[in-house]
Amino acid sequence: MRVKARAVLRTAAALALLALGAGAVQAKSVRWAASGDPNTMDPHSQNVGTVTMVLQQVYDPLLKRNQDLSLAPGLATEWRQEEPTRWRFTLRQGVKFHEGEALTAEDVAFSVQRALQPTSNFGIYVDTVDHAVAVDERTVDIILKRPDPILSNKLASIFIVSKSWSEKHNATRPQNTRAREEMHTTRNTNGTGAYRLASREPDVRTVLARNEAWWGWGVEGNAGNVTEIVYRPIASDATRIAALLSGEVDFVMDPPLQDLNRLRAAPGVKVIEGPEVRSIFLAMDVNRDELLYGDVKGKNPFKDLRVRQALYQAIDVQAIHRTTMRGQSVVTGTLFPEQVNGYVKAEDVRLPFDAARAKALLEQAGYPQGFSVTLDCPNNRYINDEQICQNIAAMWSRVGVRTAVKSQPLAPFFAQIQKDDTSVYLLGWGVPTLDALYSFQSLLAFRNGDQGDGIWNYGRYSNPRMDALVQRMKTDTGEARQAAITEALKLYREDVPHIPLHHQMIPWAMRSNVQIPHMANNQPYFRWAVVN
Amino acid sequence: MASALARAFDSDLWWSFKRSPVTVASALVALVCILGALLAPWIAPHNPFDLATLNLGDAFKPPAWAEDGDPLFGLGTDDQGRDVLSAIMYGARISLLVGVCAVVFSTLVGVAVGLLAGYLGGTADSLLMRIADIQLTFPSILIALLVDGVVRAAVPREVHDQIALFVVIFAIGISAWPQFARTVRGSTLVERNKEYVLAARIIGISQVRIMLTHVLPNVIGPVLVIATLNLGFAILAEATLSFLGVGVPPTQPSLGTLIRIGNDFLFSGEWWITIFPGIALICMVLSVNLLGDWLRDALNPRLR
Repeated sequence: MRVKARAVLRTAAALALLALGAGAVQAKSVRWAASGDPNTMDPHSQNVGTVTMVLQQVYDPLLKRNQDLSLAPGLATEWRQEEPTRWRFTLRQGVKFHEGEALTAEDVAFSVQRALQPTSNFGIYVDTVDHAVAVDERTVDIILKRPDPILSNKLASIFIVSKSWSEKHNATRPQNTRAREEMHTTRNTNGTGAYRLASREPDVRTVLARNEAWWGWGVEGNAGNVTEIVYRPIASDATRIAALLSGEVDFVMDPPLQDLNRLRAAPGVKVIEGPEVRSIFLAMDVNRDELLYGDVKGKNPFKDLRVRQALYQAIDVQAIHRTTMRGQSVVTGTLFPEQVNGYVKAEDVRLPFDAARAKALLEQAGYPQGFSVTLDCPNNRYINDEQICQNIAAMWSRVGVRTAVKSQPLAPFFAQIQKDDTSVYLLGWGVPTLDALYSFQSLLAFRNGDQGDGIWNYGRYSNPRMDALVQRMKTDTGEARQAAITEALKLYREDVPHIPLHHQMIPWAMRSNVQIPHMANNQPYFRWAVVN
Repeated sequence: MASALARAFDSDLWWSFKRSPVTVASALVALVCILGALLAPWIAPHNPFDLATLNLGDAFKPPAWAEDGDPLFGLGTDDQGRDVLSAIMYGARISLLVGVCAVVFSTLVGVAVGLLAGYLGGTADSLLMRIADIQLTFPSILIALLVDGVVRAAVPREVHDQIALFVVIFAIGISAWPQFARTVRGSTLVERNKEYVLAARIIGISQVRIMLTHVLPNVIGPVLVIATLNLGFAILAEATLSFLGVGVPPTQPSLGTLIRIGNDFLFSGEWWITIFPGIALICMVLSVNLLGDWLRDALNPRLR
């Protein structure tokens, strides 16, 4: 009798579970995992892919991107250049923020101004902007300091926030991540996007719920049917993949390369691949007169071109490509991949791997015994970032440069290097504008206080020739501009401010019933995602 | 010396040791583990800490007996081209060092507290034993995690890397002292009313001296047993912490760290990177525990 009762109970429990399961299917939830967690929810504080991948579901820019990364109307339905330095944007009607405010031209003008604030990390996208003015309810003028041929491309990366909401919550300027500041926008959002932030527990879980009132549903191919997105950072590769295989998560953005073959063969799981517009390189402190982290006293070896060349030639990048990246990388000798406007094939040439030459160069530079240095490295930002650093530490040690790897999660890593507190570091650079200027301006221009110039140049490379070329890229058009880019690429190759490594390939892994279009900017757009 | 050795071989302990094949086997395994760890710098085939000897071309080599194996790397190599066998030997050094130091630490604390509580009695006894009781309600690994977490938050990262080893020793040691304290207190309660203690008191020997030279030698037997059993626990606790990534710094990989690193490659076919350190850990802890069990039985007169 007792056995029977238990069986009945068990059946009831199973039925209840089934009912729950059926409910979940209707809810169309996507459980999404990657290794790192966004270090803020502020829309203008961290220009970092891990942050953007969540925020671009929540916030809309004036212009959005199509699946081929071309531009499409976003919050602006029309835009045109009225004068060389004045652009006019006409806003979409009837757009509402998640907390109910109607979108006005004031909000747009405010958002552009917010991105111009000193604590903003998005200055690069508004560097030519002098100010923005609301002409009437639905019209905004953006006044430029100088003509900008790629302004519309840049504005596709500026999220629009509500002015009244920001004022109410003391968030009229972006959060200062460098100072580890905490403010309302660190954990809260109020966008106009397809999803709103339902809950946020940093490093644990971020839940986005579908905004049925979004203006874009049903138009312009936004046919997604996902009602809920649950993002969980899972740092351990093995755990993340086990979660995907067991059906605990539906979508893994950064499956470990060593597991790709197994994932391709696994039932119920698929892998989609493609190149990413992101280049991995090492940057050296070429500014300080004394090496900050190392045993060289009184001078900085990285200021010597021969040392930079030696460290470049000590790296067997093909071995990294073969072993650590398992073939999922495109080895490069230049700053950005061919999808970026301005790429020149002839400048994509590496200094050859030659350990003997590296030793000779070090000796010429006055370091026959080598020296020691600390390599700063993120461990959950780029594909196999920590392993790459360890590979490089071994290769440099072989030529006498005793290298200690200091690897950290992305939040402390970025906080540290953004204070120029490093001697050499590994960075990956994506190009959301798909234009050469973005890379040169952020990474290689001298930080002179101008919006965007050198804001990610933490080795503080400074070369007047490079600065002049960057200025030409900003204003010239057509062939003159390409000539400036080509010359800058050549200078980059000769002056070795960075040691380029490779462009990433980005496989995405997902359950078979989930369709999320693969994007070369490594950003999932859930407005196009379909769950069957 | 010779007579001491002869006496040792003639003792009950030796007799019961010889009679138990399991004990002899585990003693041998423990000896191999300990010698391998201690002598690693001299007998290990490679030095996994010398970056200049690593070659990425050697990465992911399977064990020597497998297809594509390289006789140079007996148990294969990891993702950086490090020899797994050498890494295990060096890693076992760290594991043993942390384990032994943690046990010594918790023994010192536990015995001191137990002696004081048992001998003094009264308020001191109640107070110390209640603290021990409270701590016993928490799982020891939780306490170790707590200590590690607090230190991590309190000191800057650069400093933390340097003191990480001591933090782990302290964290594991502090989580295990109540066991020692309770045992010692129990025995001390029995001993303190015996005639020899009364006699010592009457002739006016100081309390500290009575505790250390008269009571302590008579309560130390069970402590040895607990210490041996705790060594296994401490090694495991260190491996757990390192597996979770909060133990010893990655520049000094212990067995737990090796298992964690290898874990990422377990499912992609490169099983040897994690399995061999795992086996080494099992051998080490199991042999120490079996020895501890035997010691407990051998020292217990009721079981003879």
